Amino acid sequence: MATLDSRIPPGPLDRKWTKRKEDMKLVNPANKRKYTIIVVGTGLAGASAASSFGELGYNVKNFCFQDTPRRAHSIAAQGGINAAKAYQNDGDSVWRLFYDTIKGGDFRAREANVYRLAEVSGSIIDQCTAQGVPFAREYGGLLANRSFGGALVSRTFYARGQTGQQLLLGAYSSLMRQVQLGKVQMFPRTEMLDLVVIDGRARGIVARDLVTGKVESHIADAVVLATGGYGNLYYLSTNAKNCNATAIWRAHRKGAFFANPCYTQIHPTCIPRAGDYQSKLTLMSESLRNDGRIWVPKKAGDKRSPDQIPEDDRDYYLERKYPTYGNLAPRDIASRAAKQVCDAGLGVGPGGLGVYLDFSESMKRLGKRAIAERYGNLFDMYERITGEDPYTVPMRIYPAVHYVMGGLWVDYDLQSNLPGLFVLGEANFSDHGANRLGASALMQGLADGYFVIPYTIGDYLARGGIAKAGTDHAAFKEAEKVVDDRTKKFLSINGKYSVDHFHKKLGEVMWNDVGMARSKESLERALQAIPEIRAEFWQNVKVPGSGADFNQELEKAGRLADFLELGELLTWDALQRNESAGGHFRVEYQTDDGEAKRNDDEYAYAAAWEWKGEGQPWVLNKEPLAFENIHLQTRSYK
Amino acid sequence: MRLTLEIWRQKNADDTGRFVRYEMEDVDHHMSFLEMLDVLNQRLIGKGEEPVAFDSDCREGICGMCGFAINGQPHGSQPLTTVCQLHMRFFHEGEVLRLEPFRAKAFPVVKDLAINRSAMDRIIMAGGYVSINAGGARDANSILIGKKEADLAMDAAACIGCGACVAACPNASASLFTGAKITQLGLLPQGQPERKARALSMAEKHSDEGFGSCTVIGECSEACPKGIQLEVIARMNKDFLAGSLTYREDSGGGGGG
Repeated sequence: MATLDSRIPPGPLDRKWTKRKEDMKLVNPANKRKYTIIVVGTGLAGASAASSFGELGYNVKNFCFQDTPRRAHSIAAQGGINAAKAYQNDGDSVWRLFYDTIKGGDFRAREANVYRLAEVSGSIIDQCTAQGVPFAREYGGLLANRSFGGALVSRTFYARGQTGQQLLLGAYSSLMRQVQLGKVQMFPRTEMLDLVVIDGRARGIVARDLVTGKVESHIADAVVLATGGYGNLYYLSTNAKNCNATAIWRAHRKGAFFANPCYTQIHPTCIPRAGDYQSKLTLMSESLRNDGRIWVPKKAGDKRSPDQIPEDDRDYYLERKYPTYGNLAPRDIASRAAKQVCDAGLGVGPGGLGVYLDFSESMKRLGKRAIAERYGNLFDMYERITGEDPYTVPMRIYPAVHYVMGGLWVDYDLQSNLPGLFVLGEANFSDHGANRLGASALMQGLADGYFVIPYTIGDYLARGGIAKAGTDHAAFKEAEKVVDDRTKKFLSINGKYSVDHFHKKLGEVMWNDVGMARSKESLERALQAIPEIRAEFWQNVKVPGSGADFNQELEKAGRLADFLELGELLTWDALQRNESAGGHFRVEYQTDDGEAKRNDDEYAYAAAWEWKGEGQPWVLNKEPLAFENIHLQTRSYK
Repeated sequence: MRLTLEIWRQKNADDTGRFVRYEMEDVDHHMSFLEMLDVLNQRLIGKGEEPVAFDSDCREGICGMCGFAINGQPHGSQPLTTVCQLHMRFFHEGEVLRLEPFRAKAFPVVKDLAINRSAMDRIIMAGGYVSINAGGARDANSILIGKKEADLAMDAAACIGCGACVAACPNASASLFTGAKITQLGLLPQGQPERKARALSMAEKHSDEGFGSCTVIGECSEACPKGIQLEVIARMNKDFLAGSLTYREDSGGGGGG
């Protein structure tokens, strides 16, 4: 078993980041241009890191598989971004944001990382505003705030229902400026397919040009992965169609530990699935729960239309069970509650897999216009998809896979156990514990990219010891061969079924047995099923076309092959964690009223899994979580 | 529902390309247009044929990656809708739909319905930003911005960069796209120092990339899935004119010491 050094600086919590910055080695400005950094991904974390590196003077190579960096899936984040600005005079502070985030994560995140996140949150708002991000404003010209789940203060900044889009376009504009200045070289439609490690350090990647099919090596002094999460292994999720785990999974196979893969977030408010052809699920922002009330009929099988069901026959179950937080209970709790009422036969809509999100009361109170101003684009989107008008009929919503808290293990500097490999944003495991609070993903992505990695990577580079090497090094040649062989293999199987066929099968197993409610029995069933699907995939998948041109089926095949391995690890992780925490709910471990029951004595650790080679079991390494500043307690939102 | 699709098939940028006919039986009303193409592609793969290449990612109308013309209309006939959000209930039995990529000199075809829109990135590179580095920003509330200006800036900032405006324009102009960015930054105090220079350099880049000039036809705004208004082009022209009239070479200089 390896020892994990989280490298948390000593000293009081509120001095740790300052202390760390003071102790860092710096790179002389004139020397920065001698270093090259690879950044994979152009979402909030990737674009903010790449542009910041360029601003500092480093040479940057930035990769994305989309046709332009502005498409990264951060763009779809709707509701907002948290920051402890305390502009509302409502008692917010860095401490409170820190505490809410740790508690929201069910006490399974590192104190020091989360505190730093809260500490730099205010600077993010300043930076984005300076870039020209059009945050919502009050009439007097000050920034507006709204509330989000898991918090009793208003600290969420937003740009209509398109906050992620505006923040990403801000980061993208800074990135484009650096491309223009020649500091960042952009590689769109290029997918990282392997990580190259030389002398124990991450030194480059092998990537495929998705248009020409050309496989090329890229060398650097450090590699930064900001490639997002792996929610798509469930097939249906709110992630973009092409979100995948390949970059982090390839790095994992090269030695980077994978932490807490079982912590998956199921978002409570998504548009329910309509049919077998469904390709993805669409989120309806959590911000809607500010003004929408969630309910189901009290009687099972009540087929009356919602406007015919009187107040007395409705169960506003979140308000009933969690009077303090009500409809703003955190995501894991709201999702489980929705599942419970639907399992009890109270669900509405086709198949009984839905609950109402009702705006009639707030529309009476505030007027339709105010609601349209706050959520107009979300209402329009709902109507386009369902054909129903949410201004007159309550929305129907159901939980869906949305985000993953797990990811590659990183230390306080966001460096993985592989020296020279840094991991940012959703791709790492660092800040959200077992459950992420709403409006915190944007915060983390930008904190990592603008305000953490520009410091910590300098320290790594300044400490030296990075040997001279070129892409003719044997490690690059070997990785290129692995990539080529895999491509040839996919194209030569010529089996009976498409990639999607296998992906749907995997998704079904994951959702049913490793989804919102997990048991030893269901997990063991999945551990039977996943290797079988994987074996059949490698025997019987059909990938048409060639490797020498634009071939979307080939891209999908590679991503699914990696999901088929990661799905198994996720399940092992869920099986070893004999407790319920946040997004990981084991039915064996619950309180009498159905809440998650943690086991702090035995499971207050981050599980960091080590790849031991094809066909070998993973080895579990544990990083104990020390809580020095807060009391572990049962999470309650009642 | 039964539909006939005539889809543009083109192997790569060098191929001449052609329409190929596909009959679709049993199209479900609730499907999105792209889900219908997913179903077609599964069928083609089953038959050992190459599926139709088309770009899409978020499938919620925000990333801007999807887009092609349906019977000549970018993103189809529904207003304020990208093809990923266009649902089949708007079509009827027996319709013949012709699908082709967004056509413009500046948008070379990658394959079938997928195109290369990097020319739009290069327009942003020419000045679609505020030149500030991370770390130097002052407190966000120290910049007061009236709600109206903020809302107008947001209206323009909503552009998703899909390229429908270019495909809709008989001149293949990207003025709506370019004007949207110039307007967003031009309305905000943060964008003032570079306002004129931005309009000049972005407009120049726009022409260099092979986009046509704007003759205020208005098809762009009609086709825009985000409802960007023609007003942004007027604002761009105003800034461009102001920039042209007051243009001076940089004085250079720099500090001593």
